[in-house]
Amino acid sequence: MTLAPTRQSESQRSASLSSGMEDKKSSWTDTLFHTLVSGSALLVLLVLGGLVLLMGYGGRDALHIFGLKFVFHNIWNPVTNEYGAWAPLFGTIISTLIGVLIAVPLAFGTAFWLTAIASPRVASVIGMAVQLLAAVPSIIFGMWGFFTIVPFVARHIQPFLTHHFRHTPLLGPLIHGAPFGTGLLTAGLVLAVMIAPFMTAVMRDVFNAVPPMLRESAYGLGATRWDVMRKIIVPWSRSGMIGAAVLGMGRALGETMAVTFVIGNVTDVGWSLFAPRSTVASLIALQFPESPAGSIRLSSLLALGFILMLLSFVSLALARVLRGDTK
Amino acid sequence: MSDKQMLSKGWAPNPRAARRRRFDVFATIFGTVASGILVLVLASILWTLLSNGIAGLSVEALIRPMGAPGSGGGLANAIIGSLIQTGIGLLIATPLGLGCGIYLAEYGTAQNRFASCVRFISDVLMSVPSILVGLFVYQVLVAPFGHFSALAGSVALAILAVPIIVRTTEDMLRLVPVAMREAGAALGAPRWRVTVFLCLRAAKTGVTTGILLALARVSGETAPLLFTSLGNQNWSLSINKPMASLPVTIYQYAGASYDDWVQLAWAGALLVTLGVLAINIAVRISARRG
Repeated sequence: MTLAPTRQSESQRSASLSSGMEDKKSSWTDTLFHTLVSGSALLVLLVLGGLVLLMGYGGRDALHIFGLKFVFHNIWNPVTNEYGAWAPLFGTIISTLIGVLIAVPLAFGTAFWLTAIASPRVASVIGMAVQLLAAVPSIIFGMWGFFTIVPFVARHIQPFLTHHFRHTPLLGPLIHGAPFGTGLLTAGLVLAVMIAPFMTAVMRDVFNAVPPMLRESAYGLGATRWDVMRKIIVPWSRSGMIGAAVLGMGRALGETMAVTFVIGNVTDVGWSLFAPRSTVASLIALQFPESPAGSIRLSSLLALGFILMLLSFVSLALARVLRGDTK
Repeated sequence: MSDKQMLSKGWAPNPRAARRRRFDVFATIFGTVASGILVLVLASILWTLLSNGIAGLSVEALIRPMGAPGSGGGLANAIIGSLIQTGIGLLIATPLGLGCGIYLAEYGTAQNRFASCVRFISDVLMSVPSILVGLFVYQVLVAPFGHFSALAGSVALAILAVPIIVRTTEDMLRLVPVAMREAGAALGAPRWRVTVFLCLRAAKTGVTTGILLALARVSGETAPLLFTSLGNQNWSLSINKPMASLPVTIYQYAGASYDDWVQLAWAGALLVTLGVLAINIAVRISARRG
């Protein structure tokens, strides 16, 4: 953030420099270099354009046969060759929501602690640990979730909840189900710890970008750290924080390996948080190897991929717009 | 009475101030607990990996290829396969990412529509779900040729690595002072020489960091490899055939019902995580020094 103004002027200067240099007769090596680098830029552009287009193209058969009903049809039956996206979409959306709902307070608390409470030395160590957590490959989260969180949920959390809240209206149906340990809640928990480090990193940056003078004058007036957080930092960096949450949401939407391990993989829709479900990404990962080329099943999976692409694209664009506000 | 005590006496009778301080205490506890949870998760992951994986990390596991359950197979072909695929992936991604980053930094002014388009796209590419990259490469490189191949896996990994390299290269080149470029130009060096031999050299550490971070990111990727290089039980060094890789092996073995396969999955998971974390720690420490 502090670099922004200087960087802008630098780029302006380099722009004027470049125009000055182009006035000279440019040599063929310069032309070659320019062609090389702009060629690689073009290639990068083509790859993503191709990614989006081809996903829709591959799914055209499914979208053609099932029409718009594909999205809201709750059936996934390879025997009768009928496919609908509703069950995996439902799983994706609910597990992502649970993940974000848990991750946002976690990330906010951690960023608050790192920027306002911890001493710089401790903050740098803990901050590094949190960043390392973000670097752990997702399949490791999957294994960890499968062998640590799943048994924990099955043995402790779910029996406890069913014992105490089974007959509570509204809450009852949410916790109904056999204690497998796999399901939406477990997936949400694992997603939460996966995306919280990303959110923490972004929130830490936006909190640090608040002008120190604002903070210090508030402290000077006798504000507590929480007062400063609530009245100065949060209003100042609101859009950046929302952007961080949406960015985390985008990651949770497309997360594959971690979710595949812990969600149970049953294509079904229902409100119980403890019943096995599936998500778009986990369904693709599991069923793709069994889908013969050219089949309607493969086409349906690609159509699912296209929907996932749209979802993550929308969330990314949203994050950009929201974060753009702070700059 | 010390200053501090007077201050607290002044605070105490004021109910609003007391309330604010109580909230502050709550918030402090909340923040500490939140960061404690994240650190605990990391510790728990490392502990789970170490306690389950150490036992499987024998010499056998490192030098023997995968085999049938109970046959005493190891991970050697998966380890080599991972190295080959990430290696080729980086070989593809590095020149492409560097070229694109140089273009964006040197020619991508605000008025350049094409450049801002590329910049946006590479930002999008950075957080596209990795499984979709796998699907894409399947449609482009696997389905038309009719067989899975290690090369397709490498391309998928390259697509994931490129945006990271682009972003860091552009950022680092923009940090190179204009005075340096002007000095180069004043000596009569052509533009490309200034870019490659002055700017890129000055930004070398940062660019290397970006490449290493990309390496760390892709070496743990599983989803894109499922549909591209598929995995292989046997030795295979041909990039035109399916090839084993550590993450895919972990995925296949972790859910298996044979104890020795699960043990190998843990050993593989430990290897991958230690590798990824080691790269990250090295990068961060060297970045702090430099």
